[in-house]
Amino acid sequence: MPSVMLRRNEDGQISFYVAKKDLEETISTIEFEADDKWGGEIELADGSKYYLEPLDEAPKLPTTLRVKRL
Amino acid sequence: MAEMTREETEALIQEVLEVYPEKAKKDRSKHLAANDSSLEKSNKCITSNKKSLPGVMTIRGCAYAGSKGVVWGPIKDMIHISHGPVGCGQYSRAGRRNYYVGTTGVNTFGTMNFTSDFQEKDIVFGGDKKLDKLLDEIETLFPLNKGISVQSECPIGLIGDDIEAVSKKKAKAIEKPVVPVRCEGFRGVSQSLGHHIANDAIRDWTLGARDGDDSFATTPYDVAIIGDYNIGGDAWASRTLLEEMGLRVVAQWSGDGTISEMELTPKVKLNLLHCYRSMNYISRHMEEKYGIPWVEYNFFGPSKIAESLRKIASFFDDKIKEGAEKVIARYQPLMDNVIAKYRPRLEGKRVMLYVGGLRPRHTIGAYEDLGMEVVGAGYEFAHNDDYDRTIKEMGDATLLYDDVTGYEFEEFVKAVKPDLIGSGIKEKYIFQKMGIPFRQMHSWDYSGPYHGYDGFAIFARDMDMTLNNPCWGKLKAPWKASDESELQLGAQA
Repeated sequence: MPSVMLRRNEDGQISFYVAKKDLEETISTIEFEADDKWGGEIELADGSKYYLEPLDEAPKLPTTLRVKRL
Repeated sequence: MAEMTREETEALIQEVLEVYPEKAKKDRSKHLAANDSSLEKSNKCITSNKKSLPGVMTIRGCAYAGSKGVVWGPIKDMIHISHGPVGCGQYSRAGRRNYYVGTTGVNTFGTMNFTSDFQEKDIVFGGDKKLDKLLDEIETLFPLNKGISVQSECPIGLIGDDIEAVSKKKAKAIEKPVVPVRCEGFRGVSQSLGHHIANDAIRDWTLGARDGDDSFATTPYDVAIIGDYNIGGDAWASRTLLEEMGLRVVAQWSGDGTISEMELTPKVKLNLLHCYRSMNYISRHMEEKYGIPWVEYNFFGPSKIAESLRKIASFFDDKIKEGAEKVIARYQPLMDNVIAKYRPRLEGKRVMLYVGGLRPRHTIGAYEDLGMEVVGAGYEFAHNDDYDRTIKEMGDATLLYDDVTGYEFEEFVKAVKPDLIGSGIKEKYIFQKMGIPFRQMHSWDYSGPYHGYDGFAIFARDMDMTLNNPCWGKLKAPWKASDESELQLGAQA
């Protein structure tokens, strides 16, 4: 369950940063991206997948969240 | 030598790897690569931030070096205790040339060495009492200090001292911040983790000190310079440009910086990040907690400076944008003169770099402004994200080497035959004895500043001075001197 920092990068994409793992990737798809349900399965540009327990509202970025590695 | 093709570069890497035993060869081959600038992600071609191989000569430092030497050390009005045996602090004292204004020993303490000088009994019975006493002594002898940081050396973690408890207790007693930093040297694979630990200590112990205190009058043009350590005056050369374009620099992290500046940083509108490697952690934290955006910039060489000034200005209104254009217009003719003077003397020369966190990629622009070409670059302690940024700056098929060993570097230099090498003090004398012009690029070879427009003039002069020095052709490596008399001369010297 790594702690992940999500932020918008210069191109407007969401970057997915895990300090401990030295991993910085952009997110290619998020399962749910509605205002009242945000999260689910996240796929990164390098193909790896993570799972974020869906949130009740879209988070204000940047933020740090706990995700599960799939 | 003409430019190398991808095949030649790869063949060279294979040739150099040949001497290693099978296992070492496999490990090292991941750290050496021919650049492929079409790649988006560096992890496809190079591995970094991994433990060095036992038995090879690595040039890396330790976590203590990253915290005390890089991040905390330059904060001038704090006293940084090297907590543990005396050597770590003494042998690194004042070596980094972080310039500052102040009276050393009275209100600033940058070049002094404070240590708890651990003895056998402290290891056996613990050093917390000693630290307690030491903090009192410091407070008596140097009452104008604005805070104290306790930088752990290896034994502190090994014997399990509770420096946090002592720090908390004494902070209350002396009413000043006392920051325990768990930067024991054995942590991590290089100084890079020390930067991270130091950033976390700043986050946990100092950054929030003025939350909810609005007595500091802010302006819409407040910025902080993050990750500029004022080596040879670098931060000053950067600061003048920012102020000239209309911004107000509230804090310098951490060259010539103070603890009060750091505490005020959460009030700024934009964080300007120069050394990404050592301070991206705190910038990310401030973005998350205080909503302060951060932007990377590069103040080496006029093309990159102009690009960075415009990028910084794009975060502000038209007044600042005009200011940036004015600054660029004012300095461009001066820079054109510098380039006109030095470019003919340096055109086409080839450089190999092996430095720390940002210079292998940041200085490329400055060399290109002088018509020089960087044909090999590598970092001591970079992570993947640094290489991501580097592969775009470097030419195709150029050499990339991560955590290069003494042997590999020497062999690469023999094959690539660069006209100039930029690296650290440990490499300097080997290459100079081989008759290759060399600049010590960690602390600018006792020169500087190199940042900003003023710095570029000095940079160009230094490169010319080194490269076109007539002494290089007259040098012969001592181990190659066959003539008896030369050997004797060497023995006398």
